[in-house]
Amino acid sequence: MRTKKRTFVPRRTPLVLLLVFLLLLLAGIAVNEPARVLEQARSVCLPCIGIG
Amino acid sequence: MERLRLWIQALWFFLSNGYWAFPVSGTLYQGPLKVLCSPGLNCYSCPAATTFCPVGSLQQLLLGVRLSLQNGQAYVGSYVVGCMGLLGTVFGRLICGWACPFGLVQELLHRIPSPKVPIPKGLAWGKHLVLLFLVVLLPLTVLDDFGLGLPWFCKFLCPAGTLEAGLPMLLLMPDLRPAAGILYLYKLSVLALVLLWSVASFRPFCRTLCPLGAFYGLFNRVSLIRLKFDADNCTKCGACRRICPVDIRVDRSPNSGECIRCLRCCTEACQFDALAVEIAGHVWQARPVPPEQPVR
Repeated sequence: MRTKKRTFVPRRTPLVLLLVFLLLLLAGIAVNEPARVLEQARSVCLPCIGIG
Repeated sequence: MERLRLWIQALWFFLSNGYWAFPVSGTLYQGPLKVLCSPGLNCYSCPAATTFCPVGSLQQLLLGVRLSLQNGQAYVGSYVVGCMGLLGTVFGRLICGWACPFGLVQELLHRIPSPKVPIPKGLAWGKHLVLLFLVVLLPLTVLDDFGLGLPWFCKFLCPAGTLEAGLPMLLLMPDLRPAAGILYLYKLSVLALVLLWSVASFRPFCRTLCPLGAFYGLFNRVSLIRLKFDADNCTKCGACRRICPVDIRVDRSPNSGECIRCLRCCTEACQFDALAVEIAGHVWQARPVPPEQPVR
């Protein structure tokens, strides 16, 4: 397998999307959503395994 | 490249399910890593799971969104969607091809020798409907007397949850066994159907029903890692189309939402530099070396 590099062409759309989702993530952290996610993920989800 | 991909898939499988003390502890992993988002579909109720499943967590937050807002807690899923969006923007469906545990299971099953059956293109819409209805709308809108919804996708469809959590948790926790009824049998049937279909077709769940694949697929055109097609170099030989395991016309839509970025078209098929991988603007050409001519 041969490899070679070509030109660098920056794109704006992914950078904008990265910024938007980073802000969303930070907003979630600001309202302490990760603690709720962690609480859920630490317990067995009975419907997920077909019970309840 | 296919061997490398298999190794990386296996690595992610064990990273996502790295808690092997569960037979001793008798329960699932409860450590701080579970605040991290699993890139692929991996049930967090799996006793070995080390991260949270974005689809499961999103549903759990959405089904209780009214109660949390009433209690002054704005748990609306922004952390989970932020994680999913960042992963999608960087990798697109490369995650499906390289880091999804359930995708690996389906691929391994597809290696079993059997008659192979193509998947009708129209079924690809199914995963978008699953994302829209089972993951977002139904958990938000169909509520019980307490104002809580249901995790519709996890409860009624997700075969990864049955395989990774339903089966091992019942083995691990005998107390749960009497509670396994019709729903459990139904979910086992769904799992069996998907696994059997995987023997005959390449990744049928990813291509027709997976909401995470549908979400990442929305980013394939804009993600930092994507395919670059050079029409000037294309000879229309059709090698890329023939090798594509998900039946994409790579020369027409190299960044289709169906592409799982296995990169076989770039690394095994195209001999004419028409296809390359673009990584954050840098173009990486990986073309197969043509067979050497015998020396006379």
